Order: sequence, then structure tokens, then C-alpha cells
Amino acid sequence: MESRLTPPTAIGALIARCEELIADLDLGNVRAWRAAHPGRVVIGYLPIYAPRELVHAAGGLPVGIVGAGEELEIVRGDACFQSYICHLPRSVIELGLSGKLDSLDGMIFPSTCDVIRNLSGIWSLSFPKKWVRYLDLPQNFDASMGGVFYRGILEGMLRELCELSGVDPKHADLRGAIRAFNANRRALRELYALRAAEPWRAPTSEVYVLVRAGLLLPVEEHTTMVERYLGLAKAREARPLDNARVALRGAFCEQPPIELVKTLERAGCYVVDDDFLPMLRWPERDVDESGDPLDALVAAWLDTPLEAPSRYTRCNAEKGQVLIDTVRSTRAEGVIFAAPSFCDPALLDRPMLLGALDRAKIVHTSFKYAENTGQMQPIREQAGTFADSIKLWGEA
Amino acid sequence: MTNSVVKEPSMLLQKDMISGHYSKLARAEETGNTVAYTFVPGNLTELMLAFDMLPVHPEINALQNGMRKLSGEYIAEAERAGHSEDVCTYVKCDIGMSLKGNVGPTGEKMPPPNLLLLSYTGCFTFMKWFELLRERYDCATTMLHVPYQAEGHITKDARDYVVKQLREVTIPALEKASGKRYDEDRLKEFLARSAKAEDDLVWVLESAKHTPSPIDAYFGGVYYIGPLFTAFRGTEAAVEYYRALRKEVQSRIENGEGPLTPEGQMRDQRFRLVVEGPPNWTHFREFWKMFYDEGAVVVASSYTKVGGLYDRGFRHDPDRPLESLAEYCLGCYTNLNLPSRVDLLVDYVNDYHADGFLVNSVKSCDSFSSGQLVMLREIEKRTGLPGAFIETDLVDPRYFSAANVKNRLESYFQMLSQKRATANAS
Ligand code: SF4
Ligand code: SF4
Repeated sequence: MESRLTPPTAIGALIARCEELIADLDLGNVRAWRAAHPGRVVIGYLPIYAPRELVHAAGGLPVGIVGAGEELEIVRGDACFQSYICHLPRSVIELGLSGKLDSLDGMIFPSTCDVIRNLSGIWSLSFPKKWVRYLDLPQNFDASMGGVFYRGILEGMLRELCELSGVDPKHADLRGAIRAFNANRRALRELYALRAAEPWRAPTSEVYVLVRAGLLLPVEEHTTMVERYLGLAKAREARPLDNARVALRGAFCEQPPIELVKTLERAGCYVVDDDFLPMLRWPERDVDESGDPLDALVAAWLDTPLEAPSRYTRCNAEKGQVLIDTVRSTRAEGVIFAAPSFCDPALLDRPMLLGALDRAKIVHTSFKYAENTGQMQPIREQAGTFADSIKLWGEA
Repeated sequence: MTNSVVKEPSMLLQKDMISGHYSKLARAEETGNTVAYTFVPGNLTELMLAFDMLPVHPEINALQNGMRKLSGEYIAEAERAGHSEDVCTYVKCDIGMSLKGNVGPTGEKMPPPNLLLLSYTGCFTFMKWFELLRERYDCATTMLHVPYQAEGHITKDARDYVVKQLREVTIPALEKASGKRYDEDRLKEFLARSAKAEDDLVWVLESAKHTPSPIDAYFGGVYYIGPLFTAFRGTEAAVEYYRALRKEVQSRIENGEGPLTPEGQMRDQRFRLVVEGPPNWTHFREFWKMFYDEGAVVVASSYTKVGGLYDRGFRHDPDRPLESLAEYCLGCYTNLNLPSRVDLLVDYVNDYHADGFLVNSVKSCDSFSSGQLVMLREIEKRTGLPGAFIETDLVDPRYFSAANVKNRLESYFQMLSQKRATANAS
């Protein structure tokens, strides 16, 4: 029936479905998946990266947990975290303690920062019967050191996930999982490429929710959804506006309210690249589908030029290089650095990234947000001034 | 507050050791010594000494600057240079000091690093801190990734990973920076001396099981851990320091005396406490006095374990040089998972017969602070004792509100008194 809708209406329906999924903090679709797949596991994972292929291979559903946005009233979460700690852990714990994450059999906490690291311990204390794993992603990128260590972790996790879901590890289809996620990441790369080329056809306010739905949907379903959007977006009638093209950085973990993304657009920005939700897009290349699948996942982490504050950069020249290359390849005219308040990784990284941008003569502006920031006016004014100055003077 | 500060003889000994080290650093360029900047948790002092490299610990500079009231200006300088008000103030204090000419806390110029030895143990911020310093100094940097003790113990895989990095990354980097070859026999000599000093430190820390306690294991404890946690582990000077300290504490036990505090000897010990979290350095004496005035002595603390959990049996081992260095790095307090931290504190409360426990939550430190409210409730549940929670910072004077801290402490001690009175009456 939907196929008879014109592109704008069909896109509207598709985006509305994504928004609905994201707004449902009780994870209705995950509960439905569980009911339809008895005996199979649902495993949550936090930012910024976890090899979801392992969960899929064990017959499970990986579900990305990135906080609760602005809708959830935080009571128990505030009793767990001091005011000077970012917002994400308090909303995650609020979701957990209020039973909204009961459909998850376990959680993976990647080594993103000390807050998520310690949250893994809080989780173990709060939910002693659930499976909890801390994922120590190696900061040594040599295959014989970090690689060996990481492979050991992945082997252990796969074994445990298979045990949890009653799957014989010999039958865990890791290569099939890699294929499924490669297809998804390819679709997302195409989506990002379309937005960079013609942001008026694929505005970030749509792209963002479309990508974010991938936290909650089975990967195959999400790939189909992204492909469908791509077809519709390419066919839609849309004209470019005289907006400033910007890349956005700093929002790799705690997510801004969707309203903030819309505010940037209203302020005259085309966001042509961003670092939202890296867990869905990393590695930004295909994982090898032919060799040993665990080795392929190890190599995906070790060898891909991933740039995020949680990952060690081995020399000064590396710092900010991926960002600068992206600014150039997407023809961004400036960078908006938007970081969560009290986010040490983002905020300690910021002076180095801004320095790299200055040296490359790329203009930038910075502000902070929280996932429940309600007041958009100051951001609108700041982004508007930045966009105007890019357009008027070619620089901010 | 009296103006004359009473000091233990061992404190004076340590003061000389520290000022001697800063003078050596100031003369490093003329004497041809090479210098490695590195962090306290998981530090590889013996290994650096085996290459005749002088260690610099940026956190120690920061806390010394905090105690000498210099940190506020350094933090302001870093914030003016674009560093966020939200992040760890140790980092900003260090960057500010560097921006203002890198004059160390004793007023002598600090040498630039020949090597940034990033032993990435127990704190995410360390990684960013040395990326920032690498930009400033444009010098060699080496990263030793030390995995977290997520499962509550040191796994073989984690130890093997660290040992392999030590062998194939850290040692070659030290060889290159120092121009000297690795000599394992020399390393073993340093490690043997470390173990001796560690025995004495443990004896001193455990002396707090006596009543009255002859030491304060938090305010005094930060002095006691100084040589072993920093540049002196493995040296004969450290062995002598701990021997002297042990004698001093032994004589207090024999005389039934309490610790020396800046206000004088602590005689009336009304409350025995366990403390979680680092101290505040900018108002260190004032903070300590709040405890002294109430007759509160700290009998065990987690902060004195950031540079190693020797009281749980760990010793540097010359027979397993690199393995024991790896276990040391893996075993520091902030590298323990939250349930293990809770277990440790509960044990301290029980083993040291504490009347209560207190969390000093510092704004700077996600590694320590994130989760402390949950820890507090868990420890209360498991010990049946009420805990107290106060908030300060390490070296940012803007975040020490003396009136708030004092009020909070006074009401906590009142509550403990009432509980005791009720228990005695029943
Ligand atoms: S927002 Fe930043 S500090 Fe908070 S959990 Fe995420 S990475 Fe850590
Ligand atoms: S975050 Fe904590 S452990 Fe890390 S450097 Fe700052 S004070 Fe030290």
C-alpha cells in the first residue's frame, strides 16, 4: 500500500515510523521481536562501538542504548550520579531501574570512557542476574598484541552469547552476520554520500532518525528501510537552499535531542557530515567476508582509520586528519563542535581538533548540550550567526 | 588554626627527597639526564630507573601546585586557552603550568620530556592528557594499554598482553629515549628494593588496626605513600624512608599515641573512619583540621591504593620482573571494577573496626567519582553503617566550599554520636 504513496508522503511515513520507534522507551518492537523468537537473546550495547555481529551470529538481537532523550523524567538516575557527570548514564540507569530495559538479557559496555566503564559495575550490582560484559577495545593496534588480546575477548563473548541463547558455537553464523552488517553499513554509507552530495534531498533531520532506528531494528529490516528511503529521496522533488554546509563533531555518545538537529537546519545549516552513532557505521568499510570471521572483526577495529576521542591517536599528525579529510570530501564549509556537557572525552579532544581545523583554515564554532536540553534559542542564534558568516564572508 | 605546622620526622625526610628530585629535574639538561613524564597509577618507576631516566608525574605537580595555592591561576590560564570548565582540573593545572613557563611547584624550571610514557591504567583522561602534552612538546610518546579488571581479577590474557607490550613497545621506547640498553639484572635489583619498602608500607598502613590508631590513613596516608607511588620506588632512599617511618609508627604504638597532625598530636580518637576518594589539595590543612576538631581519624582509605594494592598481597617480584610490573599496572585501585571497590571498602570497614565511612567525591575525576553514590548505598547496606557524602575538587579552589563541607561533616559526626549513645543505652 505504501508503495502507492508519492515520495514526500512515503518519506513522511517512513520517518514517522523511525520517530515512533525512537520515542518508545519501553522498546515495544524489541519486546515483539522477543515474543516472536522465543529462546533467543536480546543484548543491549552502549556507545561507541561493539561488534554487533557476535550477537547476531548467536541468533540474538543487538539493541543500541544511547540514553532516553528529553522525554523521561529522571529520578533514580539522579540519585546515582553527581551533577557534574554527563546525562547519559543517569537516563540509562533510569531506563533500567524503571523496568524499561527488561527485554534485554544482557548488556555490553564498551571502553568509551570512565563513566561507561563504571556504569558496567553499577549494572552488575543493580542487575546481578543479567549478563554484563565490559568490552576492552585495544588501544594497541598491533595485530600481535592488541589483536591477540581483542580476539580473546571476542572469542569469549561469542562463546558466552551462544551459551545464553542455547546455540552450538559451531553453528553460529558469524560470516552471515558480517555479511548482513556489511550490507547495512554499505546502505548507510550510500545514505551519507547522498546527503553530502544533495543535502536537500536527504536532510539530516531525516537521516538522523533513519540511522538511529538501526539501534532498535533487526539489521536486515533496517537495511531494507534505508534502501527504501534512498530510492524515495533520490526521486523526491527538492531544491537546494542557500545554506551553509557544515560537518558536526562531538556527538558520538550522548545524543542531542532531535530538536537540536532540526534547529541547526532552521538556522541555515546543511549538516553534510556528523559523528552521531558511530556504533552503527563503524568500520566505514566492508569487514572481510572471506577469511576467518573473528580475525576479520579484529582487523576491522585495528586497521580502520576511525577517529573518535575514545581511540588513541598515535601521533600528532593523525589528530583531526580524518575530520579534515571529511570536511574536504564532503565540501563542508565549517565545523560545528557540539559536545555533551561534562563529557571528558569530547571536551578534552576539542582543543586538539579545533587546533587542527585552525591549521587547515577551516572555520568552526562550539557549544555544549545535554540529551534533555530544552532551550534551543541560544543554539539557533549561534548556529545562525555561524551559517550567515560562512555565507556572507566565506568564513566565520 | 595554629600557624606552626607540626611534622613527623619522616615527613621532613620525604620533603628532602622531593626537593632533591625537583632539583635533579631542574638540572637534567646540564647533567644529561633524560626525562620521562608518566602517571602515578601503574607507573613503571623501576623500569625508568633501570634506564637512568628521571620520572615526572604531572598529577604530583598538580597536587603540589594545589597545596601551594598556585593551581587556581594555572587552571584559569588553561581555560583561557580554550580548555573546558567541565574537565579534570589536574589536566588543566598541568597545561596551565606549562603555558606559564613550566616552572614546577618548588619554583624550579621543569625539563621538557624526552618521552611521554603513557601507562594507560585506570583513567581514560590519561590518554587525552598525554595527547595534549604531545602536541605541546612534540616529543616521543609511548602507549601501554592496561586493560581494566572488569571481571574482578587479573586474567592471563590481560597480563600477557601487557607483558608483550612492555617487551616490544615500552622497553624499545625507553631504550631509544635514554640511549641505553635494557638490563634486566639491573631492573631486578630495583624491584627487590621495591618489595622491601612495600613490606614496610603495608605494615604502616595496617598499624591503623590498633586502637588508638597511630596513623591517619588518609591525610597522613598521602605522605606515607609518596615515595613508593612516585619517583623513589626501587631506590635505597625509599627503603630507608619506610624503615624510618615504620620505627616512628612503632614508637607511637608503644606509647599509645595517635598520629601527628598539623594541629598537633591527635589524642582523642572519637571516630574511626574509612574514606573513599582523593583528598582536596587546595584546602588540605583546613580539611584535615575539620576531622581533627571532631576527633575523627581515618583508619583506611582507597586513595592510598591508587598506586598499588600492596595490602592485598601484591609485591614487585624480581624473579618475574615484567610479569610483576604488568600485574602492578593491572592492580591499581582505579583499575578495579566497581563491585571489587565496594568489596575492598566493606573489608576495610570491618577489618579496621570503623565507625563509619565517608566518600569525598571530586568533581574532576570520572574514574573515581562516577558510581560513588551507588557504592555508598551498597556499603551502607552491607556494613549496616551510615555513610557520608561530600563533594569537593582536587585542585580547583572554586569547588571547595569550607562551610558546606564542615556542616556536612558536623552533622555526620553528630549522627554517629547519637547512634553510639543509643547503642550504649540499649
Ligand atoms: S557522553 Fe561522554 S562522558 Fe558521558 S558517557 Fe558518553 S563518552 Fe562518557
Ligand atoms: S580523571 Fe581522575 S584519575 Fe584521571 S587524571 Fe583526572 S584526577 Fe587523575
